[in-house]
Amino acid sequence: MRLQLSPELEAFREEMRTFFTTQVPQEIRDKVAAHRHVSKEEYVEAQRALNAAGLAVPHWPVEWGGRDWSPLQRHIWREEMQLAGVPEPLAFNTSMIGPVIAAFGNQEQKERFLAKTANLDIWWCQGFSEPDAGSDLASLRTTAVRDGDDWIVNGQKTWTTLGQHADWIFCLVRTDPTAEKKQRGISMLVFPMDTPGVTLRPIELIDGGFEVNEVFFEDVRVPDENLIGEENRGWDYAKFLLGNERVGIARVGATKKMLSQAKDHAREITVDGRPLLEDPFMARRIAEVENELVALELTALRVVANSADGKPHPASSVLKLKGSELQQAATELLVDIAGPLSLASFADEGSDVPDWARVATPHYLNYRKVSIYGGSNEVQRTIIAGTILGL
Amino acid sequence: MDFTFDSEQNDLREAVRGLLERAYPDSETRRKVAANDPGFDEKTWARLAEMGLLGLPFAEEHGGMGAGPIEVALVAEEIGRVIAPEPFIEAVVLAGGLIAAVGTEEQKSELLAAIAEGACVPAFAHAEIGTRWSASASAVTATQAGDGWTLSGVKEPVPTGARADVLVVSAALADGGTGLFVVQGDAAGLTRTGYRTHDGTRAANVRFDGTPATPLGAGEDRTAAIERALAEARIAYSHEAIGAMDTALRTTAEYLKTRKQFGVTLNRFQALTFRAADMYVSLELARSAALWASMVVDAGGDVVSAADRARLQTSRAGRHIGEEAIQLHGGIGVTAEYSVGHYTSRLTAIDHLLGDGDFAAARLARTVADRATVDPMGAPYAPGGGIG
Repeated sequence: MRLQLSPELEAFREEMRTFFTTQVPQEIRDKVAAHRHVSKEEYVEAQRALNAAGLAVPHWPVEWGGRDWSPLQRHIWREEMQLAGVPEPLAFNTSMIGPVIAAFGNQEQKERFLAKTANLDIWWCQGFSEPDAGSDLASLRTTAVRDGDDWIVNGQKTWTTLGQHADWIFCLVRTDPTAEKKQRGISMLVFPMDTPGVTLRPIELIDGGFEVNEVFFEDVRVPDENLIGEENRGWDYAKFLLGNERVGIARVGATKKMLSQAKDHAREITVDGRPLLEDPFMARRIAEVENELVALELTALRVVANSADGKPHPASSVLKLKGSELQQAATELLVDIAGPLSLASFADEGSDVPDWARVATPHYLNYRKVSIYGGSNEVQRTIIAGTILGL
Repeated sequence: MDFTFDSEQNDLREAVRGLLERAYPDSETRRKVAANDPGFDEKTWARLAEMGLLGLPFAEEHGGMGAGPIEVALVAEEIGRVIAPEPFIEAVVLAGGLIAAVGTEEQKSELLAAIAEGACVPAFAHAEIGTRWSASASAVTATQAGDGWTLSGVKEPVPTGARADVLVVSAALADGGTGLFVVQGDAAGLTRTGYRTHDGTRAANVRFDGTPATPLGAGEDRTAAIERALAEARIAYSHEAIGAMDTALRTTAEYLKTRKQFGVTLNRFQALTFRAADMYVSLELARSAALWASMVVDAGGDVVSAADRARLQTSRAGRHIGEEAIQLHGGIGVTAEYSVGHYTSRLTAIDHLLGDGDFAAARLARTVADRATVDPMGAPYAPGGGIG
């Protein structure tokens, strides 16, 4: 049991902090910090800057660009990245399909995809959820039928985040509709988004933004070489991938950043002649969220240290659950601090409302998603009750 | 940062667990012990002494084991696991801790060795009616008369106050500040009226009427030392609470798997299993905060602030888990024959001994503007650690 970082880790943290705050363009980091729209070009620029320094995929196998870091190093890396407002390496690439190909793909697939995936030369999107398969993902109905050396894909995916930017999609498809267990008849296929028969329809969200899409497949022809791993083993890969997705999902650094912004803004708002931050109720509300965040960060450190062989610790569900709740609590604080200013969400030039107050409510509304994606919090409760408590 | 226990710490945990499980194999045994004064088992107290636990944090030259806060945390958690009524935190961590912190060499040699042997049970007489969780005293005053000192006024409630062989007493000094004094259990002008508390332990009304007292260390203002000792005890109580919550949750989960209603076991009802899952979340976050706070003690960081963080987290978790443990059991959870209600009662007592969640939250709120972000591995928790 030891509190302090070793001198080596202190130096590591300083190195990360220096890199993130000097080598990733300030304009991009300001946008992330202000919860403003980050363009595809900016995502790509940031990730390539990280990748050039070996900081995009440190958790991958070393031969594919990984760094063989300890869990604590990865935590520091992620934390410092979020505190600096660096757009994180695209999760679909670096946390999802990259690790799956590295673990289950064949050599040809690894050589074909991994370097480009790390460098965001290929932008991946996720074809998992369907209109009738959300939390119950295994009931998905998109089919892939063999036709010679190809697969013919038909069906529909939804909630495909940033699919509008994507070059490729990794897709769960039903390849054996007769399998006794529905999980056993699923495979993972990858194919370009410009393949004939693929169409994409953007879905507008309640914040007025476009980040998710529906994707339709009509007789999409996919060569067999694009099957990842074994036929009908796709569910195993999906579970592996979703476990990876949950690591780092606590987003402690990002929430910390929001709380520090909340304090700054609460200093600027005056109530009865005093800064809102000095209002005992507001100060206490911030203090309570901040304390839970400390406890979450410490729990994340405990959990990563106990994760063996890349398998997520069952308690990683705690990180998802509480991490999403605290992200939401922070966005809610920002809306409440903005108060009436928060109404000016779509104000343009000519409004005196500061930028942070304009984005507060759209951001709050948008962040209702975090307790739904990556396995809804109800799914996490099911995992905790079943896997950990044996209920 | 490293959350792993070393092998000696694991051995210590096993040994303490073994001793306490033999002493309190079931809730009925604890209930019987708690029914009679002094509210704990003197034989178990002697066994704790034999194992060296009653001198655990004291220096070896004072008859102690020279162990650190992590070892204290392990023992406190094991006590909480069976809610053993022995006053380990009250006597060793709090009263003993004050003696170790400010006592003269002579006082330390004499008192700490006696505590470690189990020959002397000390208590810290500090709480006063009309104030709460303060580091200073006002209702009991100290007066210097010639070479000696006398105390007057009332302390209540004083945990283990009637059984204690020696009292460490906080008292207002004539020229301001709060001093610490040692009062023998048989001192003249000392009246103690003990009673049972809701959690089965004991507390007392302790009345001083010109009672002779000896300053602990020099007779000077000890407010800072009291604040520090309270903080360390708050952290230890946080660990006791973790042990108690762990058992309450495990007991509840077991009950859900076995109790049948509507022809099925209760764990078939998602309304119940989801609530148990939330209890687990509360427990694990609180465990992290408590372990961290003990590491802050070990590192020499800001113990008072760390204690407030641990207390806030464990208090909220304790209420949540204690209340839900009863509710998920149903009627049996409210009965004295069944274990789980006693855990809730003890968690409630822990909350009010040295400060509850609202108390800690209010103190943290007063410093919330001091820093942009909280770094649990940096200043002020790791002195010299952290960047910026």
